[in-house]
Amino acid sequence: MSLIGSEATFIAVLAPFAAAIVAPTLTRLLAHNAAWPLALVPAAIFLFFAGLVPEVAGGASFTPAVDWAPAYGVTFSFFVDGLSTLFALLISGIGTFIILYSGGYLKGHPQQGRFFSFMFLFMGAMLGLVLGNDLITLFIFWELTSITSFLLIGFDHLRAASRRAAIQALVVTGGGGLSLLAGFLVIMAVTGEANMSAVLASGDTLRDSGLYALVLALVLGGAFTKSAQFPFHFWLPNAMEAPTPVSAFLHSATMVKAGVYLLMRMHPVLGDTALWTTILPVFGGATLLVGTILAVRQTDLKLMLAYTTVASLGLLVMLTGTSWEKAIEGAALYLLAHSLFKGALFMVAGTIDHEAGTRDITRLGGLRKAMPITFAAACLAALSMSGLPPFVGFIAKEYLYTGIWGGAGANYALTATAVLGNALMLVIAAAVALKPFLGPKVETPKHAHEGPVLLYAGPVVLSLVGLASALLAHDTGVLVIGPVVSSILGVPSAVDVHLVPTHIGAALYLSLGTIALGVVLFLRLDALRAGTARLLTAIGWGPDKGFDQVIAGIVSFSAWVTRTVQGGRMEVYMTMTFLITAAAILVPMTVAGTWPTGFAMPDFRFYEWGVLAIAAAGLVAVLIARTRLTAIVSLGIQGFAVALIFMLFGAPDLSFTQFMVETLSVVILALVMTRLNLQPRDHRPMAARLCHSVIALAIGAGFAGLLIQITSAPFDRRLSDFFEAYSRTIAHGRNIVNVILVDFRGFDTLGEIAVVMVTGLCVLALIRVRPKRSAEEALDLAAGGDALRKREEARV
Amino acid sequence: MRTVIFRTIAPYLAALMVLFSVFVLLRGHNEPGGGFIGGLIAASALAIYGIACGVAAVRRAITLHPMSLSAAGLLMAALSGLVSLFTGQPFMTSQWWYVRLFGVEVPLSTPMIFDIGVYLVVVGSIGSIALALEERESD
Repeated sequence: MSLIGSEATFIAVLAPFAAAIVAPTLTRLLAHNAAWPLALVPAAIFLFFAGLVPEVAGGASFTPAVDWAPAYGVTFSFFVDGLSTLFALLISGIGTFIILYSGGYLKGHPQQGRFFSFMFLFMGAMLGLVLGNDLITLFIFWELTSITSFLLIGFDHLRAASRRAAIQALVVTGGGGLSLLAGFLVIMAVTGEANMSAVLASGDTLRDSGLYALVLALVLGGAFTKSAQFPFHFWLPNAMEAPTPVSAFLHSATMVKAGVYLLMRMHPVLGDTALWTTILPVFGGATLLVGTILAVRQTDLKLMLAYTTVASLGLLVMLTGTSWEKAIEGAALYLLAHSLFKGALFMVAGTIDHEAGTRDITRLGGLRKAMPITFAAACLAALSMSGLPPFVGFIAKEYLYTGIWGGAGANYALTATAVLGNALMLVIAAAVALKPFLGPKVETPKHAHEGPVLLYAGPVVLSLVGLASALLAHDTGVLVIGPVVSSILGVPSAVDVHLVPTHIGAALYLSLGTIALGVVLFLRLDALRAGTARLLTAIGWGPDKGFDQVIAGIVSFSAWVTRTVQGGRMEVYMTMTFLITAAAILVPMTVAGTWPTGFAMPDFRFYEWGVLAIAAAGLVAVLIARTRLTAIVSLGIQGFAVALIFMLFGAPDLSFTQFMVETLSVVILALVMTRLNLQPRDHRPMAARLCHSVIALAIGAGFAGLLIQITSAPFDRRLSDFFEAYSRTIAHGRNIVNVILVDFRGFDTLGEIAVVMVTGLCVLALIRVRPKRSAEEALDLAAGGDALRKREEARV
Repeated sequence: MRTVIFRTIAPYLAALMVLFSVFVLLRGHNEPGGGFIGGLIAASALAIYGIACGVAAVRRAITLHPMSLSAAGLLMAALSGLVSLFTGQPFMTSQWWYVRLFGVEVPLSTPMIFDIGVYLVVVGSIGSIALALEERESD
């Protein structure tokens, strides 16, 4: 591959992120017309990938890469082949029209700039996902799509329903993402490869591995949640809370296909096993039926489309799961067809909502005169969705029927599922495209008229592309579908796509049957809707409700844990902290048997004895003090004596700091005392006093033993020697302690001062918000100061 | 606590302590001292001034909120580490400049800037806690 190709791929993936940065400013300057220049970005990306098509169609694939985190072997690399090129084309191509559509749809919205920004962030993430070669790169972009999807679903964040839907989507897809990460790590461990292209070249390594079932389960965990497979489908319809451009782009054409992409991508190494061909068709088929049945029940245009999206994803998973070549061809065609017609239909639904003020199908009718262009686009897209000629949806259906009818195994069940699902999809397509436009004029909340060009450009172009790709069936097959099928199967395969069936066979009869069934059902749509509504009411429980129950369970569990562990009684906290400290010191020393056996009394001078005596006197004063204030001040005496000891033993810096910390501790503790309105005296019952004394003695004995043990070991002078040797020569400082703090170990200090500042902020907040709680924090602070001093001490 | 003697002396004492804290901060590289100790001294100066003359007077005297000082210090410390990137060395490699001022050679360095950052963080954080605790009226 030429150099231009590899470097330009990086630019193509990064361009949307750059656009996300400039979008808000541009929107401030140009208002909704910013959509025009912004749409040039995805358009350029589309042209770039379109330029790669001939080479990719010729069987070429290339993997541009740069090092990202070389220490961990993570590279930032891309994998461009048939499958990823088709996805990149869909993302950038549909993205171009979505950006235009967003310009019209959110015209005058105060946050339009932010919306554009989020959309571009998503676009970049999605491109990175489908092009990612390094597994970690792929995972990061995968999670990035979940996060941007969260931002977009919750865009209208003032409504509780939006927030709930956003969190639900994040929890479900983010949880799946974690499963995927685990899967990738196992794959990396099994194959020893970190790149998708290398993993794909590893042949049967994964299938033969004993961990195959685990890998498959983890990868499916990621793919099924992302692609909304039953029983994880519930987040997708709820995500319709997002503005319509989001629904059209993320939740039909691109992001939800990420799971399908992953399955197709991994098919050469994971597919075609008994597990694969059992699990995927079962879940896919169930999703197809559940999706279409739930779609029939809805009267909201967007929700009807959302449930059919769930169904279509199920169909794609089912086809991928068969591992039959013809069915895979059908899946590739259907993938293309679905992105085109569903993107268009979503935009149509949004336009109707925008112009007529409602998207409830029972309150719409007779709009064909008011909105002729939208009506035309809706019809074209719906014909493709219904699988009628001469649209790409028809070809897709022919191929997938050929695939599952001609394959081996349980094809009767699959065929029946596919026919029923497709018939119901025809029903929904007809309902979405015909009901709002035909029939007598119904009074709508807004006076309906045709939307601006920004709104109808997308549906018109996408539905026409759906028509054109069918009319140019041969080129579509050679340039797009063939390379995709080659990627999925892992072997080069040429696909000959015909619009007109080459022979009258089972597929054609099945198609005719589907259409007939669909028309019959459509004529009885109202009865069908009432029937499914009754059925669902009778069941009365769904995964959506289950999600709420799980979340409520987690919330009440954590509330219980908090109540139990965090009782709010200072005394309990302190007792627990000191007990655990004592245990942490004493238990390992006892278990490992490292208690010091002897202790050589150093030869002290008389003034050193004097200082020790002052320290001891301070401690005695603490114990016999009658008021708390006296106790605090007496503790200060002990601290000052320790500071003197540091001074006498040649640690002036340490002693200096100790003096200051002691002074400030006493001042702050005294201040806290005056604020707390505590009783001046200590009124603990005898039992508590005894218990606390025991804990205090245990900690004291433990620390003493630990220190004796440590100091009795020969002192390792390597670090000291290093610092002594280089403090002057490298760091130009004679005070080793300070040189260590600001130079040799400056990075540690940077972290420590950040902690000091954050602690300060927290204490301030506590004093402001809960004046009664400040005492604990002040104590913590005193402890924090000590900790800093101790660290310094440790370094000397 | 607010005796006449204390109130009269406190401003001078606080001023001397701040001056001393700067001295301690700057000598730190070669003699006992440094940003952390200097910061503690300056924070005690603020606390004493606050006890004697009221928190409002301290806040007027230092103009900025002590937390802003703290944040500025953290930023300064972090930025001082970035200087070395311009010379192609790793983050936080110390850089030294010897400047001649009034005929005296004054060594300046990024560790010094870093230490001043430490000083500001400590003054700001501890000082603002002390002041907040002294501020009784705001309860």
